[in-house]
This record gives sequence, C-alpha cells and structure tokens, in this order.
Amino acid sequence: MNTPGNPDPARLLARALGPGGLELTCEECFAELDRYVELELAGSDADAKVPGMRAHLDGCPACDEDHGSLLSFLRA
Amino acid sequence: MPTETPGAGPGLEPTADPSRSLHRRLASVGRERDAAVVELHALLLRAARFEVNRRGGSLSHLRRGDFEDLAQQSADDALLAVLAKLGEFRGESRFTTWAYKFALLEAGVKVRRRAWQGREVPLEDGAWLTLADAGVTVQHEVETRDLIGALREEIERSLSSRQRQVLVAVALNDVPIDVLAERLDSTRGALYKTLHDARRKLRAALAARGLDLDRRDREEEL
Repeated sequence: MNTPGNPDPARLLARALGPGGLELTCEECFAELDRYVELELAGSDADAKVPGMRAHLDGCPACDEDHGSLLSFLRA
Repeated sequence: MPTETPGAGPGLEPTADPSRSLHRRLASVGRERDAAVVELHALLLRAARFEVNRRGGSLSHLRRGDFEDLAQQSADDALLAVLAKLGEFRGESRFTTWAYKFALLEAGVKVRRRAWQGREVPLEDGAWLTLADAGVTVQHEVETRDLIGALREEIERSLSSRQRQVLVAVALNDVPIDVLAERLDSTRGALYKTLHDARRKLRAALAARGLDLDRRDREEEL
C-alpha cells in the first residue's frame, strides 16, 4: 500500500514508469477483455493470444480492476 | 471465433452457447426483442449487483438502498451501451461474457466515483518531490536511490504540466483514473494516453542517462 510519507520505492518506480514494451490502449483492452478472460478460464495462453493485454493491465489500474471483476464474476 | 471451451462455472453456461440465441433475439423486432431486452437487463443487473456488493467496502457511508440504486443505474446504463454496440459483437466470446463487461465497467466506475465524492483530488505537481524523498532511505540500494533521484529530476524537466498532473495523481496518489477523468472533464482513454506518453518520455530520458531500465523490467518479471 502506498501511504503518504512512507511509499515503497519499488512500487513508486513501477507506477511511475509503467510496463515496458507493447501495450494496448484502454479502448483496445475493453474490446478484447471478454475474449481474454474466457481464454484465461479455459487455461489457454491468453497473453500470447492477446499481445499487449498483460502489459496494459500492469500499467492501468482501472482496466486491471475491470479485468479482475469479470474474472471474479464468471468464477463466482 | 473461439477455439477453446471456456471453463465452466455458475457464470458460464457449460454447454453450447445459449447466449447466442439472446444476441439473435436482441437483433430481431417486436415482442421477441422486447422480451430479450428484459432478459438482458436481468443479466446485467446480476453483474452490476455483484460488482457493487464486491466493492461495497469503499462505500461504508452508504445505505443498503443506495447500493441497489447504484446497481440499477449501472444495469440501465449498461443496457443502453450494449444495445447501441450490438453490431460490434464479434462472436469471439460468449455473448453474455461480452455483455457482462459493460455492466461491470459501469458499476466499477460508479462505485469509484461515489467513493471519491466530496474528496479532494490531489493534483499538485510538487507532491512528487516530497514523497519520493520520504520513501527512499539509506537501506535502499544505491541503484534505487539513484534511479528515483533521476526520475524526480526528469519528471520536472521532461514532462509537460498536464503529464505531471496525471502522473502524480494516478501513479503516485492512487487517484482512480475514472475519478480524475470526471474532475478534468476527460476520459479514461485520453488520460491513460497522457500517462502512457509521460512514462515513455521518462523511460527515454532515464535510458539516455545510462540507467538500465530493461534489466529492472526483467527482474520484476521474475
């Protein structure tokens, strides 16, 4: 947890610099989200089949939450 | 077209995709379509309730009825979005999975905005300077301290005021990007593009100073 006055430097760097390499946009992420999550649930290599998705989820907390929500809902 | 059979669970129908029938009926006319719209709304409401209840911890000041209102609003908005984008469904997932993501998005955004309602969104550029200093102690590796020092300088030197504003709010102060978009009259996509461009600028500036970010990326992946 990033608390004012005591931030974790590694987390600060990760949040500030984001992921390196190919990354989808938020719009592309949303368009691919249903396919990506179904591939994950099927045990398929979703990251290989949807390049740039993992990097975007690592870099965008909001899209990462949406991804977690869909995954959790379908697993519930 | 999907080549895998998704894992079965209560949210995923285990047999041949009956949600295709719903998609077909939504594209029809008359009573068949009206009934399909009611069916779709019920599905979206189930997803919205799930999300609102899951994130309810950040809304402890709300009453039970407020949760249901948020879920209903989310389902209503998601219904409009799904119907407007029906032609964009590519059949690469179950139709219900495709539709659920709209309800979960609407609910997630509404919950985040409600949680931040009335709270100040920290946008001050200088916040980075104080917090970066506070987080780095003698216990941290020299390399980390050097990197943070250089990063702080490049945030000041290389970024535009808007890029600094978005980077500090989202990356440092954990302001949800949807909340920031509402306050700045922007969109998630536009602000993330600003954040992405800022990160690329910082990476390029740090690499030009001889700092090895590729090795750091590799270590984080391990």
